[in-house]
Amino acid sequence: MARTKRGQSALAGYLFLLPNLLGFLAFTLVPVLASLGLSFFEWDLFTPPKFVGLHNFAALMRDHEFWYYAYNTVFLMLAIPVNILGSLLLAMVMNQKLRGIVVFRTIYFLPSIVAGVGTYLLWRWIYNPDYGLINTIIVNWFPRWLNDSIRNLGVEWPPRWLTSITWAKPALMFMSFWTVVGGYNMILYLAALQGVSPELYEAAEIDGANKWQKFWAITWPMVSPTTFFIFTMSIIGGLQGGFEQAFVMTRGGPAGATTTISYYIYNHAFAWNHMGYAAAMAWVLFAVVFGVTVVNWRLGGRIVHY
Amino acid sequence: MKDKTKLKQAAKKTAKYLMLGFAGLFMLLPFFWMLSTSVKPAGDVFTSFANPIKAMVPREVQLRNYGQVYDATAAMGGGFARWYLNSILVAVVVTLGQVMTSACAAYAFARLKFPGRDKLFLSYLGTMMIPGAVTMIPNFILMRKISDWLATAAPVVNWDASRVISLFGHTYEVGRLVGQDSYFALVVPVMFSAYGTFMLRQFFMSIPRDLEEAATIDGCGLFRIFTTIILPLSKPALATLTIFTFMGNWQSFYWPLIMLTQDSMKTLPLGLLSFMGLYSTQWTLLMAGSMMMIMPMVGVFVLGQKWFVSGIQLGALKG
Repeated sequence: MARTKRGQSALAGYLFLLPNLLGFLAFTLVPVLASLGLSFFEWDLFTPPKFVGLHNFAALMRDHEFWYYAYNTVFLMLAIPVNILGSLLLAMVMNQKLRGIVVFRTIYFLPSIVAGVGTYLLWRWIYNPDYGLINTIIVNWFPRWLNDSIRNLGVEWPPRWLTSITWAKPALMFMSFWTVVGGYNMILYLAALQGVSPELYEAAEIDGANKWQKFWAITWPMVSPTTFFIFTMSIIGGLQGGFEQAFVMTRGGPAGATTTISYYIYNHAFAWNHMGYAAAMAWVLFAVVFGVTVVNWRLGGRIVHY
Repeated sequence: MKDKTKLKQAAKKTAKYLMLGFAGLFMLLPFFWMLSTSVKPAGDVFTSFANPIKAMVPREVQLRNYGQVYDATAAMGGGFARWYLNSILVAVVVTLGQVMTSACAAYAFARLKFPGRDKLFLSYLGTMMIPGAVTMIPNFILMRKISDWLATAAPVVNWDASRVISLFGHTYEVGRLVGQDSYFALVVPVMFSAYGTFMLRQFFMSIPRDLEEAATIDGCGLFRIFTTIILPLSKPALATLTIFTFMGNWQSFYWPLIMLTQDSMKTLPLGLLSFMGLYSTQWTLLMAGSMMMIMPMVGVFVLGQKWFVSGIQLGALKG
């Protein structure tokens, strides 16, 4: 009796799982293994694949462009701490009993919801060096002495933004700040802040702590698990990111200044038909993501207060 | 004395609202610029440069640009009207597929016992960290080659041909049966989600088992339990997953980009991209097109926003 029941449950288990499992096997698990295999081949899709051993990986390590694009990727990720701090700050202002807070939350959340080709196109227009919103403001509203003294420092001013090697990356970083600062991360921080007991602050006030001290002694440690989670996810996302915005806004330019690793993979795989090389690069990216995540968790255990 | 503290409180409150308002302005200004550009006469964007206020506030409001976007793209395989339709079709089918298969799989992982369950679940979790590019390359090759393979393995139909259907006196291109430029490629490979399975499994685990045990004693089968107890109790999680999946697919870019070459098969993001390629300096039209792309999302977001907030907090439980 018990045995047939267990057998039935096992059968039902497989049946419930089946549709998802088939898709998972066909479009995730098998492709993962296939791309690992592919990374040892040279293949342009038209001639038969040629086994080249570890040649793709060795070539990648000597590929100067790859290292430049890796640098670009890391450079763009410098926006992450700023974005995270911005989200925390916003969440702290939001964490008040004020009327109309839901309206503000909706407004802050909007950019991250609609982020995509539409907003990338919008920012291309905002950054237009001749007619865009930002340069209109810089030219007409910034005092002349300020514009002159910035120019005297040897800085390109007003910036040519997306068409300038110097300014293209900061432009994308500023856009990412606008996109994410009021989004998922802020909501997570808001939830974390609401979990901090007010008694802690009251006790600190009795001890005569000022705002700054209260932040560092209570708020910052209490939200540190959230910070750690957001930081880890942002790093994972950042290492793999940058393709879509660069494809729409700059085509990776000028002179490769906004090409990231994921964009380079796209070029090799889908523009130049270098399937093996692209697969090798994708696996190296995977290894880096994995390594960084493991290090993060190891370190995180020491820094984070639960 | 009392008045002073009251005054101080009022000042504090005002300062907070000022900060909130300033941040709100920062978020909304780009959208306002988008809207105002989209209703300007075409020449105005180049003449208003000398004055930020004039650049921001249109001299006259006209909706012609929106109609022009439709007309200008109509020759591109049907243009915006068709791209809307494609986006809706793809997003709806993928969302339904993902939510349904994820819910079934999540039930199996959360409640049923079978050999290999935990190992399978772990491999689901493990793949969530793998960059999309890793699986994208073999999947691309599969879709590129599948019609050739099917033509040799099962030559029952012409797998490679692009199809056309006639409806009400019009003919519509509907792409191939499989492979690049097919609805099959847009929908099927992305219809299965490890993340959705994981999220729903976590939710199902939190449902108390008492109800199910009572139902089992009453002679309920597993399928009945799933549809009459588990699913109704999981409405919040299902709603959240549905909205997230729908929005994600509405914006989906990378996979459609490498799957599509025909204009008539494009989804909105891809259509907008090719529109951008042709009208790269006509900013009034481009902004009208962008508005048309994001407005449905703003609508869905405003209607479903409570599910967003609860959903984000649900998803974060894995941290």
